[in-house]
Amino acid sequence: MIRSLLHKVLLVSALIISPFVSSYAQEHEHEGEATHQEHHEGNAHGAETKKEGFNVGDMIMHHIRDDHGWEFAHGLKLPLPVILYSKDRGVEVFSSSKLDHDAIYNDYKLVHGKIHRVNAAGEEVHNAHVYDFSITKNVASLLLSAVLLLVIFSSVSKGYQQNRGKAPKGLQSFLEPIILFIRDEVVKPNIGPKYERYLPYLLTLFFFILVNNLLGLLPGAANLTGNIAVTMTLAVITFLIVNFSGNKHYWMHLVKPTGVPLALLPVMVPVEIVGVFMKPFSLMVRLFANITAGHIIILSLLGLIFIAKNLGGSGIASGISPLVAIFTIFMNLIELVVAFLQAFIFTLLSSMYIGSAIEEHHEADHGH
Amino acid sequence: MDLLTPDIGLLFWQVVVFLAIFFILSRFAWKPITSGLKEREESIQSAIDLAEKTRKEMAQLQSDNQKLLAEARAEREAMLRGAKETADRMIAEARDKAAAEGQRVLEQAREAMANERQALLAQVKKEVVTLSLDIAEKVLRKELADKSAQEKLVQDLVANARLN
Repeated sequence: MIRSLLHKVLLVSALIISPFVSSYAQEHEHEGEATHQEHHEGNAHGAETKKEGFNVGDMIMHHIRDDHGWEFAHGLKLPLPVILYSKDRGVEVFSSSKLDHDAIYNDYKLVHGKIHRVNAAGEEVHNAHVYDFSITKNVASLLLSAVLLLVIFSSVSKGYQQNRGKAPKGLQSFLEPIILFIRDEVVKPNIGPKYERYLPYLLTLFFFILVNNLLGLLPGAANLTGNIAVTMTLAVITFLIVNFSGNKHYWMHLVKPTGVPLALLPVMVPVEIVGVFMKPFSLMVRLFANITAGHIIILSLLGLIFIAKNLGGSGIASGISPLVAIFTIFMNLIELVVAFLQAFIFTLLSSMYIGSAIEEHHEADHGH
Repeated sequence: MDLLTPDIGLLFWQVVVFLAIFFILSRFAWKPITSGLKEREESIQSAIDLAEKTRKEMAQLQSDNQKLLAEARAEREAMLRGAKETADRMIAEARDKAAAEGQRVLEQAREAMANERQALLAQVKKEVVTLSLDIAEKVLRKELADKSAQEKLVQDLVANARLN
């Protein structure tokens, strides 16, 4: 799993630090930020087509990052509610369109996708802590996926009540193999006889990740499962479940790993304890990195067209477009696989961690 | 590294929404789905078990029938054999009895005939003796009617006696 992560990172960095891209990316990293604020009004997207200095890094970051307001296409932006909480002012709710184009509203300004309190002179007030609970693009996508999940599975569950004891029908028959796969191939073998307690969580986890991975592949969609906050929440929930269901063997194994010589314990115990936290951490990073990397690759490929336009004009750009399109379609298909794969892996590893925490350790008995 | 720092807002919404989905789906979707799946699996399993049981019962029944049939056949044979034996024995007995009876009747007849003959012979002997005596009396009466003949006879008898 670490190797696949490494491959992704290498691939992404190779693409980003390709001869074409590197100069632009570097520019963005160091000096780009200041200039771009002046350059384009409000969204970095404007740079893509209009400005001669197209910045692929900016474009990619804009797409994979969260945003106030949902931009489906250039200029077509759905405003979303901004919900702010600060100690001195309490809860404030207003439309995100008020902050478009670097406008200042209620002393708030959008700087690099983050809302800051500003004073009359337009300078940031650093001592004001503003908590941003806005319905951002990602939150909107999250709510959409929640509605989707509820609609889909209430229909499926109705199917089970209607066709009681009969063959599945419609959506039910489409999803039943997946549910059975999760139950019989992922959860049951890894958790063991007590699997039924954990099945609802793991099914929810799988379908939540799957639906959001797939939604993220749609054009103009949010990059929800490629957001560290989302993967962190999921990983922390798994972490809590694992550690709250951990039995005696699980905790004993931390303090005194079986079959380890006494002299090695000072080394092994910290390793084991770090391992407890590394497991959810790896879950968090794996999903985040895989999905984000997939998005970055696709966006980089598409960015090639604009880079080509900057370097050699529209002729070259339209010349390489078919090639880029083929690669992008190919990558999209791979991302489709990744969407399933990562949902599967997250669920599989979660059930393995839970399974190892509640397992009655037989190998501990004949360890010596 | 904006990408790697989680936003508090999204974190909050993610926790709220995910837990809400989890609880709603657990209550209204996973529970009926898993129980429905289990129910169906159990009903299929029980149907298979029942079929298997019925098959075994059928086989058992068939073998029972076979056994019964074989038994009936054997019994019939035994009965036939017994009947034949009895009949043979009865015939043989009757034959023996008849033969013995015949023998006995023959014996009786023979005995009766012998007795009859004995009686007949005794009768005939008696008749012959009486007849001979009558004849002898009559002859003697006729022979010894005159005196000379009587003397002559005495003389002969004396003569014979002297010779002895």
